[in-house]
Amino acid sequence: MSVLTPPDVGDRLPGPGRGPLLRILPAGRYAGRSRVLVERSAMVSRRVWLTIVSGFFEPLFFLLALGQGLGAMVGGSLTGPDGTELTYAAFIAPGLLAASAMNGAVYDSTFNIFFKFRYAKLYDAMLATPLGPVDIAVGEIAWALIRGGLYAAGFLSVMLALGLITSAWAILALPAALLVAFAFAAVGMAATTYMRSWQDFDLVQLVVLPMFLFSTTFFPLSVYPRPVQIVVECLPLYHAIELMRGLTSGAVGFGLLGHLAYFLVMAAIGVVVASRRLATLLLR
Amino acid sequence: MTTAARQRAPVTAGRVVSGWQAAMLVVEGFWTWYRRSWRATLISSVVQPLLILLAFGVVFGSLVPTSAATGGVPYLDYLAPALLAMAAVQNAAVESTWPIQSRFKWERTYLAMVATPITSGQVLAGQLLWIAFRLAFSGAAYLVVIALFGGIAGWGAPLSLVFATLCGMAFAAPVVALAASVQHEGNAFNALFRFVVLPMTLFSGTYFPISQLPVWGQVLAWVSPLWHGTELARGAALGTLAPLPALGHVAYLAALLGAGTLLARWRFAKRLEV
Repeated sequence: MSVLTPPDVGDRLPGPGRGPLLRILPAGRYAGRSRVLVERSAMVSRRVWLTIVSGFFEPLFFLLALGQGLGAMVGGSLTGPDGTELTYAAFIAPGLLAASAMNGAVYDSTFNIFFKFRYAKLYDAMLATPLGPVDIAVGEIAWALIRGGLYAAGFLSVMLALGLITSAWAILALPAALLVAFAFAAVGMAATTYMRSWQDFDLVQLVVLPMFLFSTTFFPLSVYPRPVQIVVECLPLYHAIELMRGLTSGAVGFGLLGHLAYFLVMAAIGVVVASRRLATLLLR
Repeated sequence: MTTAARQRAPVTAGRVVSGWQAAMLVVEGFWTWYRRSWRATLISSVVQPLLILLAFGVVFGSLVPTSAATGGVPYLDYLAPALLAMAAVQNAAVESTWPIQSRFKWERTYLAMVATPITSGQVLAGQLLWIAFRLAFSGAAYLVVIALFGGIAGWGAPLSLVFATLCGMAFAAPVVALAASVQHEGNAFNALFRFVVLPMTLFSGTYFPISQLPVWGQVLAWVSPLWHGTELARGAALGTLAPLPALGHVAYLAALLGAGTLLARWRFAKRLEV
């Protein structure tokens, strides 16, 4: 059978001049051209620029409304990660940053990917070119990260302007937001490959919304009884919020490395599952 | 076709119904669909407000002291009726955007309806009645769950359901008019949700009294139908509703509903009548 290699496969075979990733991965799965997917996404987004821009305003509305109004209801301040008092707006801002990284990554990697995969048949068309499933996975995730990075940078600038950042460590909140978004996008994409119809996306809502509401975005962990605290401490968004809150308030310690490790593991699992599933679904 | 069949045809098919009967036929059509697929709408329309109530009313509420800002009642009691109005507006927004566009453009249900003796105005009446029914149904389910947890007491609750439904319809009617005018999917609905619906749910006195907002925020809240609905629903549930402000809020919502309906009627006629 190996004699019957289609002529175009020669293009995809790893040659000596290409990088190690090209030699490790099975032939035909990666052509090293995921940047063309990013280019396509950028072109498409020019037509829906309002939708893209509006993503920046969502956490901002939450911050302006709840930071002001709810803050007054709880007496103005809450206890931050290292025991110091934070104003309520400074308390929820890093939480909203983490939550918007999660929301953006999850919706992009579930709804959008599912539409392109199932209805637009975009990936089938791409696979008819030298692109492989790994190019697709890397390209789509890279675009999601570029978008997420712009939102995070914008939101951090607003926090700075409103005086909600009290530490220079906050500059690291940007790469941290990207890692969080990457991990959520990878897991979201892996989950999408198991979706059967739009009805299954209610399950995505059912995971994301409670996580947004209960993972200490709007109140400290201490409001829960201990058993509930343990459950909340297992949730990924909790770790993202702890990471952001530590960085923007300057409560930096070795504990933050633990949160970081959580997302590295989550991202690795997501990428492995997503690319395997995409390969089986697309290259049947 | 034989001559006998041709003569009989008008007798069997040409049954013209009256205006309201026609609108109710439209409602029946939506109900037939909903009876089979109501489960799919349960999470977004009932579970979502309940989760928000649990997170903010119960968990966050444990940090909020009972004060004049919460109307002198526990924060949970303060929030529960407001979330009823908020859920009505959110459900109204969902029901009057993509589904409406789909019935014009993709499923073409409306076009099939006006091919029968039903007119475009009757289609619109049936559609709005159906949205009102959906809002009332979801709101009732939410109220039943809260009542089971002891969150509401007394006869104010059904009244707040009526007010919440009115508030949802006051928002739905103009949005239906917009959806009937939009030709392409894309920016319009996403912008509506991000720049109108979301700010409305945050700045309309749901979570805190609007007196804590700066002046420009208060002015925006006065325009927002949700603020009027929230005042009515909360006032009815807590028994603090004074007749004159209540009349003002109801009048504003009714005016919005009326203007939106007229606008939608014009758009429906434009799009459906040849």
